[in-house]
Amino acid sequence: MAQSEQEILEGLAGIVNEVAGTPVADITPEKTFTDDLDIDSLSMVEVVMAAEDKFGVTIPDSEVKNLSTVGDAVSYIAKASVGS
Amino acid sequence: MTENRRRVVVTGLGATTPIGGDAATTWASMLAGRIGIRTLTAERYADMPVRIAGTVQVEPTEVLDRVEARKLDRCQQLALVASRQAWADAGSPEVDPNRLGVVVATGIGGINSLLDNYDILLARGPSRVSPMSVPQLMPNGAAAWVGLDLGARAGIHCPVSACASGAEALSYALSMIRDGRADIVVAGGTEACIHPITIASFGAMRALSTRNDEPERASRPYDKGRDGFVMGEGAGILVLESAEHAAARGAHIYAELAGAGISADGHHIAQPEPEGRGAASAVRLAIVDADVAPQDIVHINAHATSTPQGDIAESRAIRSALGSAVDRVAVSGTKSMTGHLLGGAGAVESVATVMALVDRKAPVTANLEDPDDAIALDVVGATPRDLRSGDIAAINNSFGFGGHNVALVFRSTS
Repeated sequence: MAQSEQEILEGLAGIVNEVAGTPVADITPEKTFTDDLDIDSLSMVEVVMAAEDKFGVTIPDSEVKNLSTVGDAVSYIAKASVGS
Repeated sequence: MTENRRRVVVTGLGATTPIGGDAATTWASMLAGRIGIRTLTAERYADMPVRIAGTVQVEPTEVLDRVEARKLDRCQQLALVASRQAWADAGSPEVDPNRLGVVVATGIGGINSLLDNYDILLARGPSRVSPMSVPQLMPNGAAAWVGLDLGARAGIHCPVSACASGAEALSYALSMIRDGRADIVVAGGTEACIHPITIASFGAMRALSTRNDEPERASRPYDKGRDGFVMGEGAGILVLESAEHAAARGAHIYAELAGAGISADGHHIAQPEPEGRGAASAVRLAIVDADVAPQDIVHINAHATSTPQGDIAESRAIRSALGSAVDRVAVSGTKSMTGHLLGGAGAVESVATVMALVDRKAPVTANLEDPDDAIALDVVGATPRDLRSGDIAAINNSFGFGGHNVALVFRSTS
């Protein structure tokens, strides 16, 4: 199931809001999870778990460390969901 | 030695219990005889031998921020609710973080989070187990969250001694201030372990009341018809402060935590020593530690869980420790209204003991319809008892599986 990057961004913003309470409007592609959105390592695990469920993808731990920004995550999920 | 010791006073109270979402409501319910034991209506309790419990009157998720609440086990949520109340009640004092301690006990810890994650593990595999499950299940989690919330750095502790845990926390906090480790310690206990496995486990010990058809009549300490305790959930937190620190900031002082006594039965893993020798020893030690005159002790908030053996053993212990002075002591069993909050019990009942001194009223023992002749105590029944004016003191008893005995002596200050 192909999903547009905009759909993925909206879905991911909903997840980050659920986990960390960050307002959805603040969750934009250039924001970094750690510094801008104050997502700690445990919350990041929760975000990844929820994103895997929502988008039907697998995000290995080895990839998570490369997902610095929201945009990085959106791009990864978009590519992974095309492949699935 | 006691001459130069730092005195410790109570400057803030917080609680969330089956009979009130805060300390004031809980206390008002204890004077009015309102009972918080309810039927567990969830399907998973349908086949349980016990289907009643004291569930909190106000859900913690109604009080806490959503994102904050989802990180916490329920016992941690309740502790945070109660600690914020207590801290605000104390006037949100300015204190050096290195002089601020936290002692929040629990008997069982975050068992609901542990079991929820075990269900997830079985259903969906290890990749879906929450990364918050360890902070949620660890018994010290509630103390740690309260400490983080307040920025406390003088030490955070969690004594675990079953149903004596909450009282042991207050004893530990008293020592911290006396020893000069802290000027303020936020201390108490919390429990939220109602789940089919705990009901089944306590039920297997034949420790629980099975009066499923009459939940409000199930917890009945000292009554001939008592048949076990009723599990409850909730938290109680007290702000304890050195008398000098409280005076320097002009704090409102409820009472003094004058002394604590701790002993162990050395008898059995779960049954009370029948003569109450260990419990009596704790009460004696607390009275000596508090340096109060026996005639000034006017009230005891008893452990009084409503088990057939436990209530008798405690009554013997109280009589043995106080001697003839016991006949002037009004004894209350407030678990008749709250149920047994396990690791939260000693703290919630200490809130009640403090308020009894402030309001000069011993609270109700509900359901005392046919007093057990084997209980040789002056038990307060359905109507609160007035306590005399002048300098008075009151005792809170808490005992736990494992043979833990803790007695605390509070003294009036106004």
